Amino acid sequence: MKFAVLVFPGSNCDIDCYKAVEDTLNEPVDYVWHTATDLSAYDCILVPGGFSYGDYLRCGAISRFAPVMAEVAKAAEQGKYVLGICNGFQILTEAGLLPGTLRRNMSLKFRCHDTVLRVENNENPFTSQYEKGQEIKIPIAHGEGNYYCDEATLAKLEENKQIIFRYVGNPNGSLDDIAGISNERGNVVGMMPHPERAVDSLLGSEDGKGMFISILKAWRDQHESASIR
Amino acid sequence: MIKATVYVTIKQSVLDPQGVAVQGALHSMGYTEAQSVRIGKYMEIKLDTNDRNEAEARVKDMCEKLLANTVVEDYRFELEV
Repeated sequence: MKFAVLVFPGSNCDIDCYKAVEDTLNEPVDYVWHTATDLSAYDCILVPGGFSYGDYLRCGAISRFAPVMAEVAKAAEQGKYVLGICNGFQILTEAGLLPGTLRRNMSLKFRCHDTVLRVENNENPFTSQYEKGQEIKIPIAHGEGNYYCDEATLAKLEENKQIIFRYVGNPNGSLDDIAGISNERGNVVGMMPHPERAVDSLLGSEDGKGMFISILKAWRDQHESASIR
Repeated sequence: MIKATVYVTIKQSVLDPQGVAVQGALHSMGYTEAQSVRIGKYMEIKLDTNDRNEAEARVKDMCEKLLANTVVEDYRFELEV
C-alpha cells in the first residue's frame, strides 16, 4: 500500500505523518509537494497539519486551490482513502470534500494537549481496529478547531454515521462535540486531533496506531491479499 | 480601473467568539452601551477593467470561491470607478 503525505508551504506535521506510516506500517510513503499534478500512484493520501499559506484569509482557504488538491478530489472520487488531520481537515472542508467548517476555538485560545476521543463509528475504513464507543487518547494542537455546520448537515452526518469521533470533554466548542467526520462514502476522513502524534508510548499514547493499521487492513481486504503484519 | 471594497462578516446565526471577547473588553473599559460586536474582514481589490457589470460578476465569483466561506460568512461589496 502506497501512502502520500502532501506538503504545502507551512505544513509542519508532514514528517510526523511520514514517520507514523513508516514506523507503524512499514509501507512505502512519499512526500508530495503541493504543486504535484498526479497522485495516481498512491492508495492513501494524508493531508497533514500545520499552517499552510500562513492560515492567511482563513485556514485552508488558499491551499485548497493548490494544484495537488484537484488530484485529491479525483482520488476521493475514485474511492481512494484520504485523511486530513488538523490543518488537513480544514483544507478538506474548504475544498468541499467534507461538509461544514472549523471556526475559531470558543475560548480563543490555542489548545495544545491530550484529549479523549470516543469512537462513534468503527465501521469506517480508518477505524475498524477500534471498538465502537472505545475511548482513545489523542492530542490536539489548534486555534481553529471549532466544528460547525448547519442543522440539516448535522442531521445528515448523524443519519449516515459520518461522525467518526467525538470529544469526551469538548476542548474548542465544536458543535455536538464533533472531533472527526467522514464524507458520505466514508473514504475521506477529517479530524482535528493528531493520531500521527500518538503512535508510540514515548509520545504519551499509542492509541493513534489503530487508524493506520485500520486503513492498511481496509486496503488489503479490498485487494484480497495477506493479513496485516 | 475599478476599486472593489469587500466586507466579509460572520453570519448572524453563528457565534463570533472574538466579537464576544472584544465586547467584554469594551464593557470592562466602561463602554457599557456596546450591545454586540461582530468582527469581520475588509478587503480592497483594484480591478483592471472599466466594465462595471463584468467587475460585479467577477467579484461575486471571487467572494463565493475564495474570499468568504459561505458556510459561516456573509459578504457584500461596493464598486467604485
